[in-house]
Parts: sequence; C-alpha cells; structure tokens
Amino acid sequence: MKFVAEIREGLGISWNALISNKMRSALATLGIIIGIVTVTLMGAAINGLNQAFIKNVSALGADVFYVSRFKWFNNTYEDWLSMRKRKPLHLVDAEALTKQLTLAAVVVPAISDNDSVKYKTRSASSVDIIGTTDGYLQTSGGDIAQGRFLTAADGRGNQPICIIGNAVATNLFRGENPIGQRIRIANQSFQVIGVLGKQGNLLGWSLDNRVIIPIREFLSGIWNGQLDDIEVKAGKLANLDDAQNELRQVMRRIRHLRPDQPDDFAINQQDQLVAWFHSQTATIAVIGLFITSLALFVGGIGIMNIMFVSVVERTREIGVRKAIGAKRRTILLQFLIEAACICCFGGLIGLGIAWLATLAVTQWLFPASLSVGIVITAVLVALLTGVVAGFLPAWRAARMDPVEALRSE
Amino acid sequence: MSLIHLRNISRCYQMGAETIHALRDVSLEIQRGEYVAIMGPSGSGKSTLMNLIGCLDTPTAGHYELNGANVSEMDDNQLAEIRNREIGFVFQTFNLLSRSNALHNVELPLIYNGMAMEQRRRVALDALAQVGLADRVHHKPNELSGGQRQRVAVARALVNKPSLLLADEPTGNLDSRTGAEIMTLFEELSRKGNTLVLVTHEEDIAKHARRIIRLRDGLIASDEKQAAGPG
Repeated sequence: MKFVAEIREGLGISWNALISNKMRSALATLGIIIGIVTVTLMGAAINGLNQAFIKNVSALGADVFYVSRFKWFNNTYEDWLSMRKRKPLHLVDAEALTKQLTLAAVVVPAISDNDSVKYKTRSASSVDIIGTTDGYLQTSGGDIAQGRFLTAADGRGNQPICIIGNAVATNLFRGENPIGQRIRIANQSFQVIGVLGKQGNLLGWSLDNRVIIPIREFLSGIWNGQLDDIEVKAGKLANLDDAQNELRQVMRRIRHLRPDQPDDFAINQQDQLVAWFHSQTATIAVIGLFITSLALFVGGIGIMNIMFVSVVERTREIGVRKAIGAKRRTILLQFLIEAACICCFGGLIGLGIAWLATLAVTQWLFPASLSVGIVITAVLVALLTGVVAGFLPAWRAARMDPVEALRSE
Repeated sequence: MSLIHLRNISRCYQMGAETIHALRDVSLEIQRGEYVAIMGPSGSGKSTLMNLIGCLDTPTAGHYELNGANVSEMDDNQLAEIRNREIGFVFQTFNLLSRSNALHNVELPLIYNGMAMEQRRRVALDALAQVGLADRVHHKPNELSGGQRQRVAVARALVNKPSLLLADEPTGNLDSRTGAEIMTLFEELSRKGNTLVLVTHEEDIAKHARRIIRLRDGLIASDEKQAAGPG
C-alpha cells in the first residue's frame, strides 16, 4: 500500500516535471526516440528478412531430400576436398532409386548449366538451364502459369521442348505469346510448351530466370555431365526419418558400399538451409543491434544529463520532502520513475515512428516486419535505459543531506 | 519524562582545515506542552540546534532523546521516519511544493507514512479546515497569499499529529499583520496542548512563548520562563 502510494506520487511528480519543462523533456526524449527507432528498425529488418526467407524456402518443401555429392553446410576445407573426390551422380542412380525406394513419392534428377537463350534477335544471358523430369514441379514447388509442364513421357524421352521461367518469358517475348515459339539454347532449337508462375528470389537468386528442358535432351544436347542432385520427395504417409533412412540404405546399395565404409554422398534438407540462414542473420543481428544500441546509449546519456539538472534544480524540494519524512528509497524511486517515464514516452513515440518506417521500407526497399516480441522488447529496453540512466542522478538526490538541501536557493 | 532531552550535545563542522564548533556541550530539556522560543544572533548555533531537535541532523557528540527514542544513534531512514511521525516543520519560506495544490501539500506526510487514500484525504481536509482554509484546498501556493501559504504549511506540519511543532522564523517572510495572525494560530495550538519550539531572532515574536532560550557562541546564555505573552 505504502509502495503503491509512493509510485503514484512518483508518477504525479514526473508528469508535473515533464509538462513544466516541455522543451527540455522534448530534447531528452528525442535522444531516446532516435535510439529506439534505430534499434527497432534493425530488429524489424532482421525479422522481415527471416520471414521472407522462410516464405521463399518453404517452396522447397520440408519433405524433399536433396541427394548430392556435397553436404550443403558446415563444411571444413578438408571436408570439401574429400567430397570433391566422391563418385558423381548419374541418371542411372536416379533410375535405380526410382525402382528401389518404397517410401518416396517421386524421384527427380536435376542437372543445370548457365547459358544464354535467344529468341529471334533478342537474347537473355545467364539463364539457368535445368534438365529434369516431370516430377520437378513437385519438388521445387513451382506452378505453371501458361501451357503445360513436362509429362512422364517427356521426361523419359528427348524431345526438344522447354518450359520457361516468368522472367525469361517477359524478357524474350515482351507480351507475345511464347507457347509454340522456338528459342535457341546452345545453338539448338527448343519449342516452348509452358511458362512457369512467378516464384521470386531465394537468397537473392532469381527463381524466374530459368529454362527447364527434358533431362535426356540436356545430357545429349548441352552437356553430358554429372547430376547436380537427385531430389526425392517423401510419400504422403511416410515418416520423414524412415524415408531418409531408406534413401540412405538404397543409395549405399547402389554405390556398393561395405558396412564399414562411410557414405560417399550427402542427403540435404531444407531445414539445413533455414538453420544456415538463421545463423547468418543472427550474426547480422548481433552486430547491427550493437551498432544501433550505441544510439540508444547516447540517448541514455542525454537522459542522465537531464536528470542531473533536474535533481540540482529541485534540491530544495528534495530537502522539504526529506524533512517531512521521505526516505532515501522514496526519493530514489521518485527520480527513477521520472527517468523511466521520459524513456517510456520516448520509446512509445519511437515505436510509432519505427512502425511507419517499417511500412515505408517494406514498400520500397526490402521486407521488414515488427513483431509483438520486438515491440515488447523495445518498451522494456526503453524502460531499462531510463532506470539505468536515471540511477546515478536519483542516487545523488536520495543521498542528499536534508539540512544542506533546505539551505539551497 | 520530558519530550526533548539533550545531554552534552556538541556539533562541529569541518570548514577546510578549520573546525567550527556550532554547539558546545549543550544540555536542555523541554516538557510536553511547552511553548519555547530559541533566540540568538546569527552564528550563535540556533539553526544547528533546531536541525538537531528536528532530527534533520545528528550531533557530533552527546545524547538526544525525543519522546523516548534515542535519536543520536539513528541512521538516515530512521531519522526520516521519526521526522514524519514526531515533528511538524514550519519554515520561514513556507517550502510548499509549488506545482501541487494545498490539499496535496498537506497530504504529503500522510503519503510517506502510508495512510490509505480516502482516510488521507479526510485527515488532510480536516487539517486545512483547522487553519481556516477549507475553501482553498484546490489552490496552488502561487494562488494563495503569504499568510495563507504559511497556514497551509502549518496544516501540513500538524496533519500527522506530531509530538513537536518546530517553526523556523515562521513570520520572517510575512508582513506584521499576517505575522500576528500566524502567532495567534500558534497561541491557539499551544493552548490545545501542542508542544511548540520557535526559532527566531525577533524579540516581539519570542515574547509569545512561555520560555525563552538564548544562545551565544554555541552555548546556552540564558533560559528563562515568562508569563503568558501578549497574544
């Protein structure tokens, strides 16, 4: 009861102090506002990037395994050297997997190259040319905007047909209907049978700047090399662990590995990509928040300064309060509440500005997003800044000698 | 038992290399219900004595008991508590909180002793009515006359029902007419049984008291009782 009354009294005093020194309060608050805005925006940017990435990467599908020579992440240089010596993957491996896997819904070999694509006089350079089969849409999460995708028969045969990505369609055809037209890749002619829906970016890599052709056509016409990977989507009812286990056992059988030999292939999954991305953004977040919190720190110093002025100015009031029975704790609390109020007030305004800025950034720059967590954290950080910055001045006020304080003018 | 009991009190201040003896071995007793004036020229030690009696300060040496409690041994927080409970201060410059209205000023000691809000309000209004300011409770100090301000200060001093009312030059900032009003108020409070200690350098004011203690150079020069004053 006593404590509550003291806090109420503290709030009342803070309010009076704030409105009777408007200019000073505004300037002190400004420092905190800037600090909170920068910190919050940093948080919102990281949060937005993470969310956008998750949205993108979920297109890959959580139930797809990527069999490849290389492990995607956590490789040392030595790992990489030894993985480079592994046997390459070939179409026959994919065919064997298709025959032997029981828990997989679809097995899709994929091979890619980077080349220019020409239509009449126009050309698009650095397009991803992907050789694959009809199951590719299921593992890569795309859809068809126009025309059709490869059929099972197309996948097995080597017709000179292709499906083009959205960006390729826009760049080469500029409004013309691409279906049925012929484009040239590596000096061979391909007939466009479909256009993929817009997919956006993954880690800055455009998923729309690509052309998909039957894998046999790729191997016979473009480059007869090793596969990038074999994508295996687990069946609907299969347990993911079981599916992965089976995949590993079958791969080992195909590779004729003895029980004592280690795997000479890697099975990658989307969640590894997510974990890697999060570790990257966490690093950025730590550095970014450190730098932006410097702004908040400077704001805190401003508050400390103002509070010192406030304490000196109200020395006599402190003396009076002590004379009529205010304890050290009471005076300390009074000034802490005042500092915390200024900071909270600044924090809330800062959040408002950050919210508007987030909308603007999302509109014109990159995805950013405020979360409840960020909002709560920002308010708590503002409060904490107030308490920390206000402590020294408040402590000085609390320790004042009432006789000296009453004597001051 | 006496309300105030000072035994061999000394108070020294360090001023650079010099030690100033503001009070030297002072002993003094004041009984409950007394009306005492402490007089002396500036530098005589009367402010120091008032600060000690008011528990704003502790002696360098000696023993002080207020209402049976040993004040000379207390720490900061205990002193704050005893000031809140036992002492009502009236200052020369009123020392009201300028941003708060009369009611809140009077409520303040009650806030510090933790009284519940409704009771607090009732007690504070009562105290303001006692000093004749029932119709001024929502005025801020700058909307009140000097005399009214000092009445608010008296109400604040009395609101906790302290055992001692300690007034430091209470009429120093008032014209003679309002000063006389305040002295009449003190007279009345004394008649009702309050213990009053008045610090002043004005003979006219001191005459209202029943006992005058004169200080000189940190020592009690004289201590005499007198008949009821002109009030």
